[in-house]
Amino acid sequence: MAELSFREAIAAGIAQEMARDPMVYFIGEDVGAAGGVFKATVGLFERFGPERVRDTPISEQAIIGAVMGAAMTGLRPIAEIMFSDFLATCWDMVANQVAKTRYMTDGQVSLPLVIRTANGGGTRFGAQHSQSLENWGMAVPGLKVVAPSNPADAKGLLAAAIRDPDPVLFFEQKSLYGIKGEVPDGEHVDRLGTASVLADGKDCTIVALAAMVPKAMQAAEKLQKMDIEASVIDVRSLVPLDTRTILGEVKRTGRLFTVEENPRLCGWGAEIASLVADECFDDLDGPIVRITTPHVPLPAADVLEDAAMPSVDRIVETVRKSMR
Amino acid sequence: MSTQVETPATGEVDRPTRLRLYQLMVELRDFEQRAYELFLENLVRGTSHLALGQEAIAAGYAVAMRPDDYTFCTYRGHDHTLARGASMAAAMAELLGRGNGMLHGKGGSMHLTDVTHGAMGSYAIVGAHLPIAAGAAWSAQVRKSGQVAVCFFGDGTTNIGAFHEALNLAVVWKLPVVFVCENNQYMEYTPIRSVTAVEHPAADRASAYGLESILVDGNDADVMYEIARKTIGKARDGGGPSLVEALTYRHGGHSRADPASYRPVAEVADWLSRDPVKRYRERLLSGGIGESELKEIETRAQQKVDAATEEARNGALPPIDEVEREVWSDGGAAWRN
Repeated sequence: MAELSFREAIAAGIAQEMARDPMVYFIGEDVGAAGGVFKATVGLFERFGPERVRDTPISEQAIIGAVMGAAMTGLRPIAEIMFSDFLATCWDMVANQVAKTRYMTDGQVSLPLVIRTANGGGTRFGAQHSQSLENWGMAVPGLKVVAPSNPADAKGLLAAAIRDPDPVLFFEQKSLYGIKGEVPDGEHVDRLGTASVLADGKDCTIVALAAMVPKAMQAAEKLQKMDIEASVIDVRSLVPLDTRTILGEVKRTGRLFTVEENPRLCGWGAEIASLVADECFDDLDGPIVRITTPHVPLPAADVLEDAAMPSVDRIVETVRKSMR
Repeated sequence: MSTQVETPATGEVDRPTRLRLYQLMVELRDFEQRAYELFLENLVRGTSHLALGQEAIAAGYAVAMRPDDYTFCTYRGHDHTLARGASMAAAMAELLGRGNGMLHGKGGSMHLTDVTHGAMGSYAIVGAHLPIAAGAAWSAQVRKSGQVAVCFFGDGTTNIGAFHEALNLAVVWKLPVVFVCENNQYMEYTPIRSVTAVEHPAADRASAYGLESILVDGNDADVMYEIARKTIGKARDGGGPSLVEALTYRHGGHSRADPASYRPVAEVADWLSRDPVKRYRERLLSGGIGESELKEIETRAQQKVDAATEEARNGALPPIDEVEREVWSDGGAAWRN
């Protein structure tokens, strides 16, 4: 096991797959010699050359169109959209073209492509560079949606996304880029559609994604001191969704809390709350509670952004009050 | 602007090619005419955008393409898909919403696709397929396959961002792609000239991307075949992309809901006098091809359309479980375990 940062794990995942499969290509804005604005692709240009690691103009529609046309004709391309907020400039390509073409052609076209993008808040960038948009992708049939929370998962899930025969939106929470963690040596390929149970408490289940996972883990430690034992699930993949693991944990503990970075309405936690209400209502010992960012654009100032996003203290307080 | 219409290259196209061009145009004309009639019978569902009057562009390019080249077209894409050799019966059945349709009833008129014949899809959001065609050309370039992507779109597309993003990328990466603007004078109901900063919506923009300004008579099959050979050849030889503006006119409205009453009577009459099929027939006759040979082509085309219609009408409705097929590569639609 080697200790890598999240950003190094991303680069390692791409490098592993580019070395393995000559059909893997990678394009985006400033991804070449610059190594990406978040430095998550440093070294790839030098190792694989300017044909396989290629800079594009600031043309998000052209970037997504290019990987789509390439994927339907034999390549296995990766696109980087610098900030997930910029998906709004190419949402036609993502939601109308990439997501639907396989279905509309009844399977004549396969689109093995990955759209990587820096997602989420905590970096004081303001409302147009901080959004948490995984629920946009989740709402469109035909897109797989993945958001890792640690370096090992970042590498393993990215490798799995690249090998997947269907289009994958891969959200990298930008406040996680600097965190470090153990990553398995040698080839590391994970499985999409599998959640991880990170803490095994008996009193309640906290379900979190990406940057909310370390916060949920810290909250679980604090809750333990208050004699509340929380189970913590890292969802990892919203589509496909590992409902078996989530429903199993909720049945065992009888309580569900979701911790979501997205604004309140139609966040991914609402879908999980709906599933739990539908399928294990009789196992619940109390209300399902969603902990989210309020339904506001994310503000820029430190104190405002911190107040808006779910914090460790807010998770602890919400769970404690609800469990009384 | 120094844009010029290229002069017709009459006399240079050989006889078998000319007969092939005529045959294809007649088949496309008859297919679209039949689709219109089936609308009136309420058998064609949803909407449809016919290309009556625009056959020379589809035929000229298709005949000049290699079997493994890629075609990308729009919701007005019946002609382009059929011209590559896709099954007429499967296309008609798709319009009728039948299980033997080209897409098993899941795409409809606006999304005809036949990958086995290089028809890589009909795209119904204006402009989207230009970047996708550039992507297919990028793939051909790095795979060194020698394939060329040809992308057809309407005049209205020239005012959307994806047009400009695709052109710029294609030039910067020197991609083997040909962009063909079918300027039929109207975006939907509005004349293109009244909403566009330049007279020729595609040709006058070519210089912004360092491309030659090419404006041609899109109602002349010989002209279209010649410009197709030239632009496809350039792309295949590593010369990069081209942007072609072909002047044409749709004989009907934008879609089935549009009677096209906004068009001046004299303008319609003028364009009908330049009907690409009639015009080509006269040229072939004056060039020494016999009336009987043309009649035989026309009869065979009618028979082909009749047989396709019969097969489509007799097709069963798609099975209901088709709804949850082929969202994913495993053939299904599951999003959970």
